[in-house]
Amino acid sequence: MLMGLYNYWIVVVLMMVGFYIVIAHGNLIKKIVGLSIFQTSVFIFYISMAKVEGGTAPILAEGIRQYSNPLPHVLILTAIVVGIATTALGLALAVRIKEAYGSIEEEDIQKKDNLDC
Amino acid sequence: MLAHLPILQVIVPLMAAPLCLFLTRSRLVWLFTLIASGLAFLISSLLLQQVMVSGTIIYELGGWDAPWGIEYRIDQLNAFLLLIISAVSTIVLLAAHTSIKQEIPADRHTLFYILYLLSLAGMLGIVATGDAFNVFVFLEISSLSAYALIALGKDRRALWASYQYLIMGTIGATFILIGIGMMYQMTGTLNMDDLSKRLPEVAHTRTVFTAFAFVIVGVCLKLALFPLHLWLPNAYAYAPSIVTAFFAATATKVAVYLLIRFTFSVFGLSFSFTALPLQMLFVVLGLLGIFAASIAAIYQKNVKHLFAYSSVAQIGYMIVGFSVSTTTGLMATLLHLFNHALMKSALFLALAAVVYRIGSVQLSQFHGLGRQMPFTMAAIVIGGLSLIGVPLTVGFVSKWYLALATLENGWWPVTALILLGSLLAIVYVWRIVEVAYFKPPIAGRESIKEAPLSFLIPIWTLVIANIYFGIDTRLSVQVAQAASQSLFGVSP
Amino acid sequence: MKDLFAVIMLSGIYGLLSASFFVSMDAVDVAFTEASVGAGISTLLMLVAITMTGRTENPSRHKPLLALAVVIVTGSLLIYGTLDMPYFGSAQAPIHQHVAPRYINDSMQEVGVPNIVTSVLASYRAFDTFGEVVVIFTAGMGVLALLSAVRRPRDVAEIDSFNKSMYEEHLILRIVAKMLIPFILLFALYVQFHGDYGPGGGFQAGVIFAAAIILYAMLFGMNTARRVINQSFIQLFAAIGVLLYGSVGVISLLNGKNFLDYSILSADPIAGQHLGILLIELGVGFTVASVMVIIFFNFAGRRNNQQNKENNDSC
Repeated sequence: MLMGLYNYWIVVVLMMVGFYIVIAHGNLIKKIVGLSIFQTSVFIFYISMAKVEGGTAPILAEGIRQYSNPLPHVLILTAIVVGIATTALGLALAVRIKEAYGSIEEEDIQKKDNLDC
Repeated sequence: MLAHLPILQVIVPLMAAPLCLFLTRSRLVWLFTLIASGLAFLISSLLLQQVMVSGTIIYELGGWDAPWGIEYRIDQLNAFLLLIISAVSTIVLLAAHTSIKQEIPADRHTLFYILYLLSLAGMLGIVATGDAFNVFVFLEISSLSAYALIALGKDRRALWASYQYLIMGTIGATFILIGIGMMYQMTGTLNMDDLSKRLPEVAHTRTVFTAFAFVIVGVCLKLALFPLHLWLPNAYAYAPSIVTAFFAATATKVAVYLLIRFTFSVFGLSFSFTALPLQMLFVVLGLLGIFAASIAAIYQKNVKHLFAYSSVAQIGYMIVGFSVSTTTGLMATLLHLFNHALMKSALFLALAAVVYRIGSVQLSQFHGLGRQMPFTMAAIVIGGLSLIGVPLTVGFVSKWYLALATLENGWWPVTALILLGSLLAIVYVWRIVEVAYFKPPIAGRESIKEAPLSFLIPIWTLVIANIYFGIDTRLSVQVAQAASQSLFGVSP
Repeated sequence: MKDLFAVIMLSGIYGLLSASFFVSMDAVDVAFTEASVGAGISTLLMLVAITMTGRTENPSRHKPLLALAVVIVTGSLLIYGTLDMPYFGSAQAPIHQHVAPRYINDSMQEVGVPNIVTSVLASYRAFDTFGEVVVIFTAGMGVLALLSAVRRPRDVAEIDSFNKSMYEEHLILRIVAKMLIPFILLFALYVQFHGDYGPGGGFQAGVIFAAAIILYAMLFGMNTARRVINQSFIQLFAAIGVLLYGSVGVISLLNGKNFLDYSILSADPIAGQHLGILLIELGVGFTVASVMVIIFFNFAGRRNNQQNKENNDSC
């Protein structure tokens, strides 16, 4: 059992590292880095389940019987694109926030907002 | 072409978005967007008619049969939601040209319409699809465009609100992605219908339980269910007024739809309500949401904030109806989806008109507006009455069925609390009325006039709908009932 | 770690490592994409962003305990969920029994493309890919809405003098780059059209193509690059990509087939599939390449504007 699932456990640890960075850190850029680590770990989860022992890459060729599952690969290709789209937009927002508030620290921004009210 | 209606529903706004780049003048783009949205509205009404007559429509994309390809599956529930979204979008757009002229710099107008169409298409896509992964893709289309639209707000706080929404929204979407991955891992399929057939075999596994938990938490983040609602008030308050009117009426509704779809159709009723103490959890969170958000609304100084908190409270009502998990309860939720969309789009459009005239929605700026903008303020009053649930408005209809559903189940304390929650709504609506009608106009602002017709026409269309569907409940109740019964029929 | 530069570099390395992990998991297409995106484009964007936002993080005065609690609860739930999962690599897992076998066994007869990932991506689940293109398009439009600035026309002479002064720097880099860029573009085209047989396809090709342009822009200055590539032109290009993809679907609609059913495109269904895949991959390539360039140009353009402003202020 230990050997059969260790891969998923590593993925869980990675996911949680990313997730922790997102919610615990106050720096906007770092949050986005965390988010992308979180997402990449989910990709690893999908790709790991596609692997078949003794299989090869899903490109049809003579003399190969066992292929890994292509479907998760397709899903993750899409998800990677979604991930970079989110990262780009998040960074653009961070840049604008820096211009508007002069800071990219959550606390400073919150403080300035409270002053506005 | 009639057979292709399901896909046209989504690709008309989707293909219209890039086409906007080829048009030059802002007015032209607006007209084009309006036409695209109007077409979507027309298609959704045809679809609803078809579904009500002949039952579920299945459309296989790329000609591949499910579960190998992606399919669109339109039943009463989807068709109802499609109609709500496209109708609100079209009516709100009528006012867009006038409103954004003032709120968004001129070189962003085309981009605004493109993002608006993409967001519309994304939401329609989420609702129409019958494939779990396709939901994720379209969820991201609608959310990414939503983040950008919110960030177009004038105030710098719009940027911060948008960023927070982006983080919360992406965490939510990633949770949903994890959940979908686990479901796929246990069943080997992504098609919702196929999933619902294969999940019962593996329902006892811990993996499916975890998948369920992740999907629910992810959807609840998008739904702004108390206590995960923190991103919502600021996002609504600082977004451009048109965007607020559109999202307040549609975005959370789509999330409620997803919740219903996943619990009822995919996981199945018997699993969903036994695996987790979902019923108990949602009743408590729903009621807490109603009270916490209503009380927060009472203390707001910004009217947009006030109604945003009221939206969180209204979501509470929907969740309570959902958690009753009887046909009447679900029907109350669906009715409230429809009715709340009517109320909130009317209210936020009226606020857009106020912003257009006085440039602010601070409550202190509303002094004497009752006399200066009589039609706009009358719309806010009627919308507010509807929010409270006064008879002859749509708000009454959904509250009535909600009370009925809880009583049927013998949950009379819940019924009492729902009525108590409505009393809180009276307080916050009264604060606006008091300021607008019983205070003299601010000095130096005597020249404020009524909002232009381009605002009044859509606002009053919605207000009249608020009253019409409050009196003649046949259409909404019939559809909601059919949808709710079919959901219970699928998973007895 | 308080230095954001190091953080970003490490996250780039993480991207590269996961790409190599994907290779060992037989997911070559995904690895290709992750390497170009996770280690390439996203690292680059983050670096441009920190030049504008500052590269150090303030010491956090947060209470990490709540966050830690949330993470531990989520993590343990996930671990709990893994307990009933099929073992890693097991061929008996449900995902290898249902749905996927048809792709592996029949895609050659039905679609006629050796790379199964391509046939699933571009034919069986083509609508997801259409959604993906639209997501990228949305991101491009979003970044434009956030960052595009009204550019002040500057003196051409100023640009020229600026270029001349820069010409002495990075001389070797520039010469090497000038030699490399045609090859990079050629490689992009290869990846674009070879996706049917090997790993690759529109998305990867688009990213590589954009990388060539970005490399040019970095070494020869934004303004020179802008003169080569017109901004509004490239926006139209992004739109054309989406429209090309969509119109393939609309053509099948007009011919009475379902949306994105390629078999109608030619008399022979397999040839139709080939043509359809070729066209939509081209659409993907267009949109991805132009959006990547749009995103980069707007980030970098924003930065130039900021610097100009600072210079003017100090004068």
